[in-house]
Amino acid sequence: MPIVWLVLIVLAIAAVGYVLGRTRALQSATGDVRALHSLPSYYGANVALKTIVPAFGLMILWLLVQPLYVNSQVSEMISGSAIEDGASLNLVMAEVRRTAYGLDNAVAAGQIPEELARNARADVIDMTQRLKDAGQVVTSDITQPVLRAAQTYRIMNATGYSIMAVAVILTALAGAAVSWFQTRAEYRARNVVEQGVRILLLAAASIAILTTVGIVLSLVFNTWEFFKLYPATDFFFGTTWAPSFSGRGGSSELGIIPLLWGTFYISLVALLVAVPIGLFAAIYLSEYASPRVRAVAKPLLEILAGIPTIVYGLFALLTVGPLLLGLFGDDGLGWMKAGTAVMTAGLVMGIMLIPFVSSLSDDIINAVPQAMRDGSYGLGATQSETIRQVVLPAALPGIVGAILLAASRAIGETMIVVLGAGAAARLSLNPFEAMTTVTAKIVSQLTGDADFASPEALVAFALGMTLFTLTLGLNIFALYIVRKYREQYE
Amino acid sequence: MTDASMQSPETGHRSVSLTVADAHTKKRANAEKRFRAYGIVAIATGLFFLIVLFASILSQGIPAFQRTVVSVDFTLSAAQRDEAESTLFKTKAYSNLFIAQLSKELEDQGISVDFDEAAIERLLGKIGGTIRTYYADNPGKLGDPVKFDLAASSRVDGYFKGRVSRDTLQDSRFLQLSDLDLVDALKQAGIIKQAFNWPFITGADSGVDNPGGAGIGASVIGSFFMMLVVLGLSLPIGVAASIYLEEFAPQNRFTDLIEVNISNLAAVPSIVFGILGLAVFIQFMHLPQSAPLVGGLVLTLMTLPTIIISTRASLKAVPPSIRDAALGVGASKMQAVFHHVLPLAAPGILTGTIIGLAQALGETAPLLLIGMVGFVARGYPDGFLAGFTEPNSAMPAQIYTWAARADVGFYEKAWGGIIILLMFLLTMNIIAIILRRRFERRW
Amino acid sequence: MNDMTRVERTVNSKDIKINAKKVQVYYGDTHAIKDVSVEIEDKTVTAFIGPSGCGKSTFLRCLNRMNDTIDICRVEGDILLDGEDIYDKRVDPVQLRAKVGMVFQKPNPFPKSIYDNVAYGPRIHGLAKNKAELDEIVEKSLRRGAIWDEVKDRLDAPGTGLSGGQQQRLCIARAVATEPEVLLMDEPCSALDPIATAQVEELIDELRSRYSVVIVTHSMQQAARVSQKTAFFHLGNLVEFGETGQIFTNPVDPRTESYITGRIG
Repeated sequence: MPIVWLVLIVLAIAAVGYVLGRTRALQSATGDVRALHSLPSYYGANVALKTIVPAFGLMILWLLVQPLYVNSQVSEMISGSAIEDGASLNLVMAEVRRTAYGLDNAVAAGQIPEELARNARADVIDMTQRLKDAGQVVTSDITQPVLRAAQTYRIMNATGYSIMAVAVILTALAGAAVSWFQTRAEYRARNVVEQGVRILLLAAASIAILTTVGIVLSLVFNTWEFFKLYPATDFFFGTTWAPSFSGRGGSSELGIIPLLWGTFYISLVALLVAVPIGLFAAIYLSEYASPRVRAVAKPLLEILAGIPTIVYGLFALLTVGPLLLGLFGDDGLGWMKAGTAVMTAGLVMGIMLIPFVSSLSDDIINAVPQAMRDGSYGLGATQSETIRQVVLPAALPGIVGAILLAASRAIGETMIVVLGAGAAARLSLNPFEAMTTVTAKIVSQLTGDADFASPEALVAFALGMTLFTLTLGLNIFALYIVRKYREQYE
Repeated sequence: MTDASMQSPETGHRSVSLTVADAHTKKRANAEKRFRAYGIVAIATGLFFLIVLFASILSQGIPAFQRTVVSVDFTLSAAQRDEAESTLFKTKAYSNLFIAQLSKELEDQGISVDFDEAAIERLLGKIGGTIRTYYADNPGKLGDPVKFDLAASSRVDGYFKGRVSRDTLQDSRFLQLSDLDLVDALKQAGIIKQAFNWPFITGADSGVDNPGGAGIGASVIGSFFMMLVVLGLSLPIGVAASIYLEEFAPQNRFTDLIEVNISNLAAVPSIVFGILGLAVFIQFMHLPQSAPLVGGLVLTLMTLPTIIISTRASLKAVPPSIRDAALGVGASKMQAVFHHVLPLAAPGILTGTIIGLAQALGETAPLLLIGMVGFVARGYPDGFLAGFTEPNSAMPAQIYTWAARADVGFYEKAWGGIIILLMFLLTMNIIAIILRRRFERRW
Repeated sequence: MNDMTRVERTVNSKDIKINAKKVQVYYGDTHAIKDVSVEIEDKTVTAFIGPSGCGKSTFLRCLNRMNDTIDICRVEGDILLDGEDIYDKRVDPVQLRAKVGMVFQKPNPFPKSIYDNVAYGPRIHGLAKNKAELDEIVEKSLRRGAIWDEVKDRLDAPGTGLSGGQQQRLCIARAVATEPEVLLMDEPCSALDPIATAQVEELIDELRSRYSVVIVTHSMQQAARVSQKTAFFHLGNLVEFGETGQIFTNPVDPRTESYITGRIG
């Protein structure tokens, strides 16, 4: 773990710098703390900060850029002839990396000497055999160019990391030295440190933006790749979902419509369960329940929200599915063929969403001013009349927002549908049939054996893009409605 | 206003006395009762689902904590060992010795039952190898009586737990009807019995055809390392981001952009974070697949919005007068925040962080995409640092793996795993509640 | 007995509408109203005055059982409306509140149209047989609320869009739409500007011809302007109750005098 060592070395330099900076500040004030502009610890922190931040910044940047650089350099090495028909550059590069890692591991385990691993004239067949003997996963066909590329890849990476280590340590030392020389009694160490800390805080806050950018970029790039291999119109308007299993054939039909239909159908069933129960529970808890009942029932209902979705998934697969099959299956009404179905997943998802709907609605109902209720009671309205005709209409926008948020949750839910809804993409109206959703197919397309460069795997990113756009739109709309509603009563 | 035509029409239906309810009022009172009943029914339904959920978890998960073991006192002399080692099929020689010992114990109790080596293998697996390894590792035990607790196969376990019965059993290479006679005989002799399933809690995952040997221990370790990453990254970053937004951020577009991003990230489906992890950490940065480090990074990004939102609420709850007081004695804004506001908000931040961690601990979908599912966690990591980078599973991923396997024997393990997962979550939530109760401050 | 009261009312227009005897109110452990007895006459404006926190609003809210909505509030003693105990178990507060309407401190129109605001009470009590009758009630009530001319062209506009004074008159119109016998007003002008206050005060004086009006106010001038009877509350006690003129010119109790002259309050 050289990076761990590097980090520790930089931290050590910073620690020494802290002590030296503090001492120098005190010396320059001839030991009188009052003569300093800032507290002595700020002078130390100034040195430490200027040691750590540039060094780590450089390190992170290097770690991000080096793989890109090495990849592009090595890709250039592989001439077009080395790429087999039907295989892409990506595939060959994956092979190169796998070989390079194999060599690394084998060297680390002492099974291949370092000189041989670097030897540019090493025999391919011999090397493949040695790697296999070392227990490394290598495909049978490492070709000469691939092996050479892998060797270059290793060497470039190793050299890169060595240079990085040196550069980072030098940067740390330079930062420490410069800030140490700056240290004088009248130096405004506190202001500088505080400014530095402020920038760090800003950087932490910006991670949210980076995450969004990361999500969007990884979705957009891969979706773009997908649309190069598969026409976008067929994806958006195709009514058949039938990926081929071979992974390379062009015979896959990847239409999103059946998946969207499954997603909406299951979400609809879930909302039909969750909204009435959640809403009435919220009404009862906020308007009728005595404080004691509320103190017990509310947390109990909210337990449902704290249970991980994998538990609901298992509950759907092993409890609710068989139960529904007993009622509606061949022994009962004969509508259901298997335990996994729209109904199963929808019902369980509805249970999961009950506390979500109820606590959001509870907040919203409580935000309706008491004066509104008093006005109604003062006219002789009963409680239910007040709720139905005054409170609920007043809270309606907020409740609609809450339902939209719940819908976005339902659309993005994965584990319940993976386990409870079945795998068949189908355009059907029968809620007792198995259907599948966008999320379930993202999982199955990316966890299978399909190659990452094939349309069968890349389609997952297009599905992810659709899902992201859909939920984001719903969320923004819902939050907008809720905010408008809040403003109304502030 | 005194217009005579505007005299109120005689409201005939309204009763004169307050104590007598008229028909209209009665109707309204009934509507009131109905409406109230809907509320009660809704809550009762919710609670009913909760009870069904927990009942099915407990009823199906508790058997996972029991296993069926055959315990036999076995003594192997050095001479017997040498003799066995000299044969061609060494493990067979050991199992023959074991079978002889077993027959003797049955005879001592006056129980007679016919069985052969194949039956023993169906019941207990290849015991010869187990015994041989034991004595190879502990040569000092030669000649002393040793108590062997051998796990019965999953079908036998199922027979004990009612999953397999004589009526439903079909002869297969795993178990035959005649074997059950032997099981009954061993039960009568007190040799086969139920015991607490420690290997389930401490052990690692097993192969797809051995549900009995599967344990959740290794994936607990995987989850632990993931949570270390999440805690180590999301707490400092989350607190720093919240302090910036709550205390320092100017009112400008960039701040708005950050705020919008945070509130939207909080509602992005978790699977999308999995896609992010796959594309950025694995495809782009080439970090190792199935590593707790990658899982931790993905879950960090997912948990950050939750932690930032709760941290900001705790910071907001500290009254401005505290800040004013600190600024009033000449502290800088930064000192006011770090010396006064942050310590006062700490319990709230901690509570929010624990709840965020609990959420991350139970999250499965993103782990599916970065390869933590499908990886068979057969052992513990080699060391502390290796714990972050070596492929491992995590609790929810392990549960999913079991649920997706064909052998029904794994379902019991999946439910058992859920009980353990829920116990962790319960503990974390209780800690959060205690923290909140203990340090909650009303200003 | 019911017949008796009705006969009496026709004979004497100034008969007793509400008779409160030895009323005690507790908020949890706090004794908020101590032993208050008061007789409120029909077709009269009665003002409750006193410093803030003296219990005048609390007592007002007892008169139509609005305190029922507060869990920790407990009322003892008798309050008789036309001779019937309103805290009797058989009394449905819903029916009571239809007879004893209430207007609140802050104008609280429902987030509905002006028309629906006024029609709300008649609808829930089933006072109108058809749409035409309901229209008639709404118009009549808005006229009584002295706001008809201002809103007759925009009955479908939301009630929350009106100005403060208009909103309060709308709330009064809403209250009179259910044909109450008593109208309780809890500082109805405290959120209004002087012009709107004057309009509402004028309206209160007109309402006296038809209803018994009880108004809580912290403004002594307002009490003097609109009421015929005044009750002075202090620290949960009813200190003095009598003709408004007498209370303001010749108070009996020294505490009343101190309050009126501005020494306490």
